[in-house]
Amino acid sequence: MTHTNPIQNSGPPPGGAPATTTSLLADPVFLADLRRQMLKFAVLQLGDPHLAEDAVQEALVGALKNARSFAGRAAIKTWVFAILKNKIIDQLRLRITDNKRLAYPDAEESNDPDPFDDRGIWQAEERPHVWRDPEGSIEQQQFWRVFEACLEHLPTEQGRIFMMREFVEMESHEICAAVGITVSNLHVILYRARLRLRACLEDTWFVPKEFAPEVPSC
Amino acid sequence: MLKCRAATRLLSEELERKLSFREVLGLRFHTLECTNCRNFGRQIKTLRQLSQSYAQGASVPDQPQDSASANQADDRN
Repeated sequence: MTHTNPIQNSGPPPGGAPATTTSLLADPVFLADLRRQMLKFAVLQLGDPHLAEDAVQEALVGALKNARSFAGRAAIKTWVFAILKNKIIDQLRLRITDNKRLAYPDAEESNDPDPFDDRGIWQAEERPHVWRDPEGSIEQQQFWRVFEACLEHLPTEQGRIFMMREFVEMESHEICAAVGITVSNLHVILYRARLRLRACLEDTWFVPKEFAPEVPSC
Repeated sequence: MLKCRAATRLLSEELERKLSFREVLGLRFHTLECTNCRNFGRQIKTLRQLSQSYAQGASVPDQPQDSASANQADDRN
């Protein structure tokens, strides 16, 4: 959590003279990292790499056009991602008006693994453990690779719907209109996505199977 | 008495809508006794927080990977 700043004692603190959008986006390493993650974020949600590329480009141009001062990288990436979120929502809304609704295959539902037994109780292998230090994981690049891989493992439309809700935070009724489902369908889909995602994150990051202690039932 | 399947479903719905008094009561009785479902409830809230962090660019490194940050302002040319 604590980053030691190598220039702390040899000059003014970075917060002293706020960097502008333009100066930060001119840093090639930062720009490359930012661009790569924006693209990943957009592709996950839009599916189409060309549309994603356009959204990222527009967001970056928009950020430069309305250049502001920021107290550092954390502030600018939050801002640029907020612009990108709006571009993605615009794209998703466009699909509604184009009447190109996302197809949601019903068959997908039966493919979901069932972590519960016949009595409706957690199966031994599936019982959720305590996740230690999720805040610490946020700081680790490796964690985000695992997170993205788990999202990619979701059935396509289930993942898309989860991201509409949790990433760009669209309202339920808007998601239902975009996908052509009822609110109770939406709730079931979100529930299934959460069951899968939590299992994936637990098995691959928080409590790897080989180290998982046995958990008693309830 | 609620079983884990129904309890986890309600825990997920609780993030989407206001549960009825009866639902809340059933859920609280269940999670009082069931560590597994209590953990599940915490995990899906964490999942929401992680998603929000991701959507705010948390996956972009804050610091340059090497410690060349001292040069960052002069890199233009």
